[in-house]
Amino acid sequence: MDVRINNKDLLEDPDFSRLVARKNRISWILTAIQLTVYFGFIGLIAFYKPFLGTKVSGSITIGIPIAVGTIIFSWALTGIYIWWANSRYDEMVQKIKDKVGG
Amino acid sequence: MPQTTIGQVHATSIAFFVLFVLVTLAITYWAAKRTRSTKEFYAAGRSITGFQNGLALAGDYMSAASFLGIAGLVSLRGYDGLIYSVGWLVGWPIIMFLIAEPLRNLGKYTFSDVVAFRLKQRPIRAAAAAGSLTTVLFYLIAQMVGAGTLIKLMFGLPYELALAIVGSLIIAYVLFGGMLATTWVQIIKAVMLLGGATILVLLILNEFNFSYSELFSRAEDLYTSKFMQPGGLITDPVDAFSLGLALMFGTAGLPHILMRFYTVPDAKQARKSVFVATGFIGYFYILTVTIGFGAAIIVGHSAITSIDAGGNMAAPLLAEALGGTAFLGFLAAVAFATILAVVAGLTLAGASALSHDLYVGVFRRGVSAEREEVKVARIATVCLGIAAILLGIVFKGQNVAFMVGLAFAVAASANFPALLMSIMWKKFTTKGAVASICSGMILSVVLIVLSPTVWVDIFGMEAAIFPYKNPGLFSMSTAFFVGIAVSLIWPEKEAEEKYADLKLRQYAGVGAE
Repeated sequence: MDVRINNKDLLEDPDFSRLVARKNRISWILTAIQLTVYFGFIGLIAFYKPFLGTKVSGSITIGIPIAVGTIIFSWALTGIYIWWANSRYDEMVQKIKDKVGG
Repeated sequence: MPQTTIGQVHATSIAFFVLFVLVTLAITYWAAKRTRSTKEFYAAGRSITGFQNGLALAGDYMSAASFLGIAGLVSLRGYDGLIYSVGWLVGWPIIMFLIAEPLRNLGKYTFSDVVAFRLKQRPIRAAAAAGSLTTVLFYLIAQMVGAGTLIKLMFGLPYELALAIVGSLIIAYVLFGGMLATTWVQIIKAVMLLGGATILVLLILNEFNFSYSELFSRAEDLYTSKFMQPGGLITDPVDAFSLGLALMFGTAGLPHILMRFYTVPDAKQARKSVFVATGFIGYFYILTVTIGFGAAIIVGHSAITSIDAGGNMAAPLLAEALGGTAFLGFLAAVAFATILAVVAGLTLAGASALSHDLYVGVFRRGVSAEREEVKVARIATVCLGIAAILLGIVFKGQNVAFMVGLAFAVAASANFPALLMSIMWKKFTTKGAVASICSGMILSVVLIVLSPTVWVDIFGMEAAIFPYKNPGLFSMSTAFFVGIAVSLIWPEKEAEEKYADLKLRQYAGVGAE
């Protein structure tokens, strides 16, 4: 595939460096958010147990929506990443390949 | 004793199980004709779509221990069980953000391909294969002992016979059908498990007029409000963070999970499969919460613990109470299928570490005919299948619950740091990688042996030498530290120069297989 692409040109292209920087930034920001949310949850369990027992509606404690919310939030984050990668990242890669290879 | 037919051989469970075996063996026969080259044996010819791989990843990851174990834990300990439901899921976004796409673009069949991409082949292959095999073996022992015990409880079959059935079936799947058959076994199992759990949750909600406030108020009436908040499961903050780290980054270092990313055609499908897998696994763990609380109310603690003190039979007892013996039979067959799918994935990952990394990468110095490699992989499959049966018999009656934790700790400490640094860090070297893998692997195993779980509970010593139950925090940070320090002290110019190739392939997919 893409035999026309000159690898050296691609590497030296400023758009490629920008692409790498963008991708790494997104990956690390999302990783940091995921770590914060999960270890925030663990932190609540380790340090603020009574808070998680606060009743929100009837017998349901706030800890239950927080736990289920952590699961749903984690999935939503993977959704955000895939949305970004499918709409932005792939397009940037194609643009650079077209430019260098064409 | 509650009124239950668990442990008896039912016509329905046998019928569902025989049907599952017939269908999977038919698939294996079909797959066998498409399993000749290495690409077909290890990676199903890269013919699996992102959605299919997402389901297969879910089937590879959701073990019987997490289905029966977490439902049981929630039923007996309430909120404390939920902590595990959350912990088993949170590693998946990490796979998405840091691992899946580079792994797919840089490797061929195993994660060692990625670590060895710009480093010296032989030492890396040997170290990474040791990390893979250690993870796979601990996980395999836990699965096999769990399998024998569960099948004995549910079907009343003798322990050794249960292991022999599991062992022969997975040898048949992997030996003849390779990754293609394994994938479809995992997909079918995932659909059965998700379907069975969904029906069970609907039956539970039906009892409470589809109202969660009614369900939780009944739980509070029976077990007080303590049941809906964290109790004694996590007390020490260091242990809590350490366990969290191992669960999160261990998921991203499991060889049988990482291997699945090579079954899809490209990085785009790899990322799609993580999204699909995370959705299904998250949905499943949310279901286990309702199943656990439902079992606590409808079956009750005394009935659950009278069958199995650990609570493993909470979900089956509940299924019988709400759906009768037919539904119990279906769920028993699902549990059996679950075990088979996970063990098949582990066996294939172990076989590829032995053949692709050790035999071809180390012993044959990377030169081997396609046919020869497939043959070695097949021999390795049979050896591992037999080893799995024997290990299950050797560890019969032992407390092996800690081995799953150990597998995750080794994966997080030996496999994940080396994999991440080889992708992200230009100055990472061969010596650094080998030192990182070895230190992470040795430290996590040694610390678990010296921890209260093994030193006190199993060896019967008075006090543990290492005070925490989970070594992840210490072993993983040591692996990173050692990898960085060794790489900086002994730089490797060649590896640094090759980083340009890695970058092109990782970010733009240039030259990816």
